[in-house]
Amino acid sequence: MNSITTKHSFKFILLVILQVTLFNHINFLGYINPYVYILFVIFYPTNNSRVVFMVTSFFLGLAVDLFSDSGGIHAAAAVTIAYLRPGFLKSAFGTLYEHNHVKFDNTDFGAKFIYTTLLTLIHHFVLFTLEIFSATRILHILQKTLFSSSFTILMLLLISVIFSRKTQ
Amino acid sequence: MQQILNFIIRNKNFLLFLLLFGISILFTIQSHSYHRSKFINSANFVTGSIYNTANGVSAYFNLKSQNVILAEENKRLNQLLFNAYKDTSTTNLNTNVNYKLTNAEVIRNSYNAANNFLLINKGVNDSIKEDFGVTSSLGIIGIIDHISGNYATVISILNSKSRISAKLKKTSHFGSLTWNGKSPNIIQLTDVEKTAPVLVGDSIVTSGRSSIFPKNIPVGTVINKTLDATENFYSIDVKLFNDMTNIEHVYIIKNMDKTEIDSLLEAANE
Repeated sequence: MNSITTKHSFKFILLVILQVTLFNHINFLGYINPYVYILFVIFYPTNNSRVVFMVTSFFLGLAVDLFSDSGGIHAAAAVTIAYLRPGFLKSAFGTLYEHNHVKFDNTDFGAKFIYTTLLTLIHHFVLFTLEIFSATRILHILQKTLFSSSFTILMLLLISVIFSRKTQ
Repeated sequence: MQQILNFIIRNKNFLLFLLLFGISILFTIQSHSYHRSKFINSANFVTGSIYNTANGVSAYFNLKSQNVILAEENKRLNQLLFNAYKDTSTTNLNTNVNYKLTNAEVIRNSYNAANNFLLINKGVNDSIKEDFGVTSSLGIIGIIDHISGNYATVISILNSKSRISAKLKKTSHFGSLTWNGKSPNIIQLTDVEKTAPVLVGDSIVTSGRSSIFPKNIPVGTVINKTLDATENFYSIDVKLFNDMTNIEHVYIIKNMDKTEIDSLLEAANE
């Protein structure tokens, strides 16, 4: 238990620092950045208390906000996907989730891809809606959501492929 | 009572979600009003020192281009200095006495969000205060927002909250600079009287009507003008002289008469 807590605290800090020093400054084509820190929320172990998980996600988002002077937009987006996650887990992994057996290292690629894509899209949509904060510029919001999401999903899948410990 | 408790226990996840989401929205809304975001800003010890370390590494990558910019500026200043004895008018001297400059380095720059901020490595210890202006050698950058011991955040002109007074260089018709969030090289000068003779290619400079920036700091050139919805004012697209995506060395402007001007204005308002 203790080693898992340490591992996740380490992951938390590492992701925040990577996000604010590296991924926030990529600016591909002028404004497209991946928000890789949501890796923490998406691949958090499924058999933990939801309350702890949501509070942790909130502070993860808030830490990123603190560094990027953006108020609470990352916190709001992270809490939203943390709250909605069980529903998507159920629809993507089905019975595996019902029996509490989802191990992200061993699930098949298709299910993982759909699950990651949906959560990333929701996160980015909430994020850019709050950032731009204007209903008249919905096209701008959707455009940013689409481009940044593609970048984030690509990064997330690459990272999960590279760092997964598949037991053959 | 029992039912209320049951309801809370049954929906505790949803209620927690509402609570946390509400707090985030509160922070977001606070950050939309000037000087209000008390807790969530990057001018503090932890974020400042992390950015400082990161900048220590990344600053090496554009040393060359920054050196060129600084050398250009030195050349221009030397020219001014060598020609100074010929200059019989004293206007230059008079306007500069009231303003003190401090140089600073940008340790974080953003230009891709709707509200952009910069972080610079000068703070209270260098007697920097809120609402000081920030410029580079090419033009204006923004206004100081939050300060801590050694760091300060700057509201960039690429920020939907930023409103800086500017005018046409040749006729002094003024308006306010805003940004529509689209391109980091183009900002908008709004509320310019329809009678103003605006031409594409005209220079825009600061107006000196606020106590933050002195007069005639360059901003950019006009590339496009349109009448706004009421058809009484121009909205002008201005191409910035500054490349906001590549800023390293900036100057903080302190207006020595600021407190005097502000207290006078306050008295007039009461």
